[in-house]
Amino acid sequence: MVRRGVLPASLCGCCRETRDASHYFSERMEESRREDLSRRSPALCWGGEACATRGGEGTGLKQIVIGSLARLAKLCVLRITRTHLYFIINEPGTVHRAPGLWAELDQGHYFSTVTMSGVSEEHNEIFLEFEPDKLSGTLSVFKSNNAAVRNLKIKLAKKLSPCLTLEMQMPSFSEHARTVVHDVPVLPLPRRQWHLYQEPEMPHFTASIYLPPLKKLRHVVERMKNLSSSLTLAANRKGTLVLSVTSDAANVSTYFRNLTMPTWDLEGAASQMDEEQLHSATVEIKKLISFLAGEQIGPCKVICNIVDDRMVHLFLLHDDVILQYFLPATRSS
Amino acid sequence: MSIHPEEEREINDGHFRAKTDNVKNILQILKTMNFRDQANVVLSPSGIKVTVENAKCAQANAFIESDLFQEYEIEEEMVIFKLNLTSWIECLNIFGGGTAGAATPSLKMVYRGHGYPLVLELEEDGVVTDCEIKTEEPEDTLDFDFFSTEVMNKIIMRSECLKEVFTDLDVTSEMVEILMSPDAPYFRVSTFGNYGTSQTEISMESEMVEHFECKQTLKQRYRLSLLKPSIKPLTAALKVSVRMDARGFLCLQFMIRTESHHICFIEYFCCPEEEDSDD
Repeated sequence: MVRRGVLPASLCGCCRETRDASHYFSERMEESRREDLSRRSPALCWGGEACATRGGEGTGLKQIVIGSLARLAKLCVLRITRTHLYFIINEPGTVHRAPGLWAELDQGHYFSTVTMSGVSEEHNEIFLEFEPDKLSGTLSVFKSNNAAVRNLKIKLAKKLSPCLTLEMQMPSFSEHARTVVHDVPVLPLPRRQWHLYQEPEMPHFTASIYLPPLKKLRHVVERMKNLSSSLTLAANRKGTLVLSVTSDAANVSTYFRNLTMPTWDLEGAASQMDEEQLHSATVEIKKLISFLAGEQIGPCKVICNIVDDRMVHLFLLHDDVILQYFLPATRSS
Repeated sequence: MSIHPEEEREINDGHFRAKTDNVKNILQILKTMNFRDQANVVLSPSGIKVTVENAKCAQANAFIESDLFQEYEIEEEMVIFKLNLTSWIECLNIFGGGTAGAATPSLKMVYRGHGYPLVLELEEDGVVTDCEIKTEEPEDTLDFDFFSTEVMNKIIMRSECLKEVFTDLDVTSEMVEILMSPDAPYFRVSTFGNYGTSQTEISMESEMVEHFECKQTLKQRYRLSLLKPSIKPLTAALKVSVRMDARGFLCLQFMIRTESHHICFIEYFCCPEEEDSDD
């Protein structure tokens, strides 16, 4: 039977190298089991290979994105298209109003070769649900010895269940290269759920401002976290950003002035509004800190958009990563 | 919360107003006292006194003299209120005391009188933080009446050696016994833990001892849990004076040098543990 779309390399890597007979036999058993699976779920394939020189720092960057994801939610959806990877955290309709995160990466920037085929020609995409902290554990290897990993291959494979297989070639003391294989279980999502993970619309914000250096912001927010669980972010069109918290014991406000503002070519009507007026939204401090703590990418611009009393939208652009973070206002605002 | 114009806001009409270029001076002192959330604050022409009490058996007082500040004005003789010390410290620490090499955050404090909050304004590199810390009626504090007793043993020593002794105290011992005597062993700290008794002696001839004045042998026991909060100011101090009076009350005085090389004092009083037997 022809199994369309499943790469031959989905067989366990070590088996092919050692040619261990007994292992090969158990693999054959697995294969026949997988044939059943592949009949039930769509034939999906995706594989990317990154070599250290080109993808090296990029993979480090990806690791940081994944690290942020792990901090934010238990589950994340990875959407794969021919050109891009999207990480989506979205819990629509929950009572707890979890933040939404949308991260977009250009695959070509991180992988030297990519092969992909989605659900069908018409819908050439793959949606996978996974636990980000399982993936971030794997990628933390890059954080510690970036130069050491020579090669990274990521592919979608069906072992006992669908998983993302990461194969990393590491140097070893002997002449033979050491290959480390990690499998991260994933759950392919059927097409009827895809509409839940579409790109969010840019919110109709009333104020938009570039954040000051995140390190400074983070320190202030960390101190404020000890005073209250909610923080109010306010900005006006004169480049002033105000962070404030209130508790029984103290009220604290920090003013960042003379910040630059991004130019958006929407809303001609907006220019009529009072420049000094502050637009604000109150959000959970912990969620804001998760976002700020994740961004050690280095100097990059983060845009903060505020929708009065509804939401804070953080928009980060660096290299080929676009990160959007939607913080809903808390009920008390 | 209202937005303020770019020009410096006028803080006037206050009963009290103080300004310093480096918030770290006062932050460092207050951090060592933070074993309780609440503190009494006394503002007077000579400076600021902060009092923290522990279970009505121990008390710490910090004296921040007015000359530590670049500007210091007060209209009344004495103003007293209570506030949340932990929040005050968080506010003072909002900029983290400045990064290495960069300008240190400056601090302005204003208090307008009874019922008003303590208002802080901190500034670093153009970023301004305003804080309002609510004040309450002050609590009654203990008066240890230390100076009226005649008999007093006093030893002044460099803080390092006492620091070592205190940080190494056996935590399984509920009590700490301190002996001060004109005869050997002169100064001894003992603990009685699960695994045995531990004693550390410092002789009056030690290089660490700068001043030794003991009129009679005094030995008292104190709860370890009550003495523990004194370790923080001890760690920050250059020198410490240990005094014990005939009633067995202990007074530790810590001399601390701030970042801007001002000297501040913190004193720590502790009640002795009632003993049934006669030592």
